[in-house]
Amino acid sequence: MSVLTRKSFHILQRRAKAALAQSRNGITVLVCAGTGCIANGSMKVYEYLKEACEKKGIEVAVELKQEIGPDGIHLKKSGCHGFCEIGPLVSIEPMDVLYTHVHVEDCDEIIEKTILGGEVIDRLLYHKDGKPYQRRDDIPFYKNQYRVVLKNSGKSDAEDLMEYLANDGYSALEDCLFEMTDKEICQTITDSGLRGRGGGGFPAGRKWHSVRRNVADQKYVVCNGDEGDPGAFMDQGVMEGNPHSVIEGMLIAGVATGATEGYIYVRAEYPLAVTRLRIAIQKAEDAGLLGDNIMGSGFNFHMHINRGAGAFVCGEGSALTASIEGKRGMPRVKPPRTVDQGLWASPTVLNNVETFANVPQIILNGADWYRAIGPGNSPGTKTFALSGNVVNTGLVEVPMGTTLRKVIYDIGGGIKDGKKFKAVQIGGPSGGCLTEEHLDLPLDFDSLKKVGAMIGSGGLVVMDEDTCMVEVARFFMNFTQKESCGKCVPCREGTRRMLEILNRIIENKGSEEDLDLLEELSNTISEASLCGLGQSACKPVRSTLKYFRNEYLAHVRDKYCPHCNGKKKVLQISAEKCKGCGKCRKQCPMEAITGEPRKTHVINSEICIKCGACVKACPFGAIGEE
Amino acid sequence: MPNIYSLERVEEIIDSIGHERKHLIACMQDIQAEYKYLSPEALELIAKKLNISIATVYSVATFYENFSLEAKGKYIVKVCDGTACHVRKSQPILERLHDYLGLQGKQKTSKDGMFTLETVACLGACSLAPALTVNDVVHAKMTPDSAVALLEDLRRQDSEGEEAQA
Repeated sequence: MSVLTRKSFHILQRRAKAALAQSRNGITVLVCAGTGCIANGSMKVYEYLKEACEKKGIEVAVELKQEIGPDGIHLKKSGCHGFCEIGPLVSIEPMDVLYTHVHVEDCDEIIEKTILGGEVIDRLLYHKDGKPYQRRDDIPFYKNQYRVVLKNSGKSDAEDLMEYLANDGYSALEDCLFEMTDKEICQTITDSGLRGRGGGGFPAGRKWHSVRRNVADQKYVVCNGDEGDPGAFMDQGVMEGNPHSVIEGMLIAGVATGATEGYIYVRAEYPLAVTRLRIAIQKAEDAGLLGDNIMGSGFNFHMHINRGAGAFVCGEGSALTASIEGKRGMPRVKPPRTVDQGLWASPTVLNNVETFANVPQIILNGADWYRAIGPGNSPGTKTFALSGNVVNTGLVEVPMGTTLRKVIYDIGGGIKDGKKFKAVQIGGPSGGCLTEEHLDLPLDFDSLKKVGAMIGSGGLVVMDEDTCMVEVARFFMNFTQKESCGKCVPCREGTRRMLEILNRIIENKGSEEDLDLLEELSNTISEASLCGLGQSACKPVRSTLKYFRNEYLAHVRDKYCPHCNGKKKVLQISAEKCKGCGKCRKQCPMEAITGEPRKTHVINSEICIKCGACVKACPFGAIGEE
Repeated sequence: MPNIYSLERVEEIIDSIGHERKHLIACMQDIQAEYKYLSPEALELIAKKLNISIATVYSVATFYENFSLEAKGKYIVKVCDGTACHVRKSQPILERLHDYLGLQGKQKTSKDGMFTLETVACLGACSLAPALTVNDVVHAKMTPDSAVALLEDLRRQDSEGEEAQA
């Protein structure tokens, strides 16, 4: 392996740019290879397209550097487009066509008509309100987004280093290595106003400055890719779709702080992200962009990947570093902070995937450019994972400060099946619920904090009118209770007790005092817990208690919830099956069942609380929901 | 897929990763990837090779959700119960599969050793909710019926495969 000098880096990059320009003269077919599209069968489409083209004598290049004749095509596996709902997605350039729901059966037609004939197949286009959309960026889902981190996602091959280089990849690193001092880099990040995308919103520049100022033999850069929030998959999209941007961001953090070892901690549930990162690291090492004496600057940096092992708490900084060290992933008391004593008690830059992915763009375009996006106190963009009962689910990137309404209605297309919006859960188990009155709230760190929610990592789960909010709170409490590491008592015991109370309420066996008890426990747990997991564990309960108290009251007072217990469903006794044994009558706590021995019994639905005791009691299976 | 533990193979795996404390989790992950669970002998060998106490090894193995100290079925079915899947009704799928496999209480693996049923917090396939994985392959937009049909298919394929071998 030859050593990469600054000059040979320029040559490499020029060659990559020339190859990309060359490929643009011909046709490029991009098949989406994100987790969503693969699950929908996009790899079968890829293989079929490749074979079918070759059978027809069309030359196919699968890598940018492969040279092909003027009639050949480039076939690429792209990163996630973000609109997984309509996948598998295939886009064809230079016509700029996006085909949706593409299956193997459609491939021959695509080759004949579009690739060879230059004709657009209307039936495969995205349709909304009867109108077809040919270009991806015209579709309302994309039109209303502003993409920085996801800019190249879906447009380039995530596994091809040449593509990243052709899009100015590693130029920011070059600037940092040769044109800027470590202090200047940290200052640029500070000036840009970049705040940690993992949820905390801590200014990244300040973190870097602290690590830079610390004197130590060894410093580390750690990337938190342990995206454990249920309903969040933004970091997955970035790691799969643009792994080099994360690596470059980490390298720059290394240059800026004097760290020479990098660790990426990825959730075990993201096998594809691990694979893509491994490939990216390997290719960067082979090219001389990672390793010793990078570009002849004398700077060394080595990168490692750690796979998580299924502990949500490892998303917390000190638990994550403990896990990398091979220990139980349990948080510790802070201070000392990670910037002073992080991984192996050395000064450590610990940032989220998306934070690092922003860094190369900030260096290339300058702090002012970044600051101009979004509001003053939280500049930049934010990726959100939009899911739940919304028409368009997928990965979304918008400037900070965009309103919820815009995200849910303009991009998300509104609520599924024409139902009414009820709430959106933001920030996962550590966040809160926002309701209709918050729809015009700008999404940024500070506005959300004011209403008791948080951006978190960026999961947005939309809930329609049929969702029981007590059940939602119970769902999150069940999650945090299971994931509590058990180190501190308030979290370990408190979440368990809260879950018990919530279960009781859901089963319509709770009392009004239980609501006070929930509030009291919430206060204690949030104040006394050791780490962020415990401190924020009660947020879903608190915010649902605040905004949806009625639903709690329906459970504890009326012992009936129209969402959980079914809107119109009532328990009925089948006249054919009932033998009139009377067992159900004796079991009914409400005395809602009447009937004479050996004659068909009847349930009075006005009194019945649908506890199900009669269903269990009936030896003939005569009682069921109607 | 080998199901009978070979300690030589386990040793090979450990040697390929490294013998430092920081390699503990990676060792267990790779061993489990091959055998689907961690046997007491394997854990003892890890402790010996990494020069840490067996108690430490167990403390880490039992802390992380992904490690299993019990043998698992041939197909590991993980039903996603992340928020997005949950609000799109993943629970009925789980209940139906639980019944279909005849699992009692906390039992996870079916009697014939064919299926292990688990839940997972989020697969990151929220747009395809509700989702489940069978041996890490994602199946999108499931219903209780389609989930049972999927398992029946696997069972059929499996018995056909065995017949072909015989």
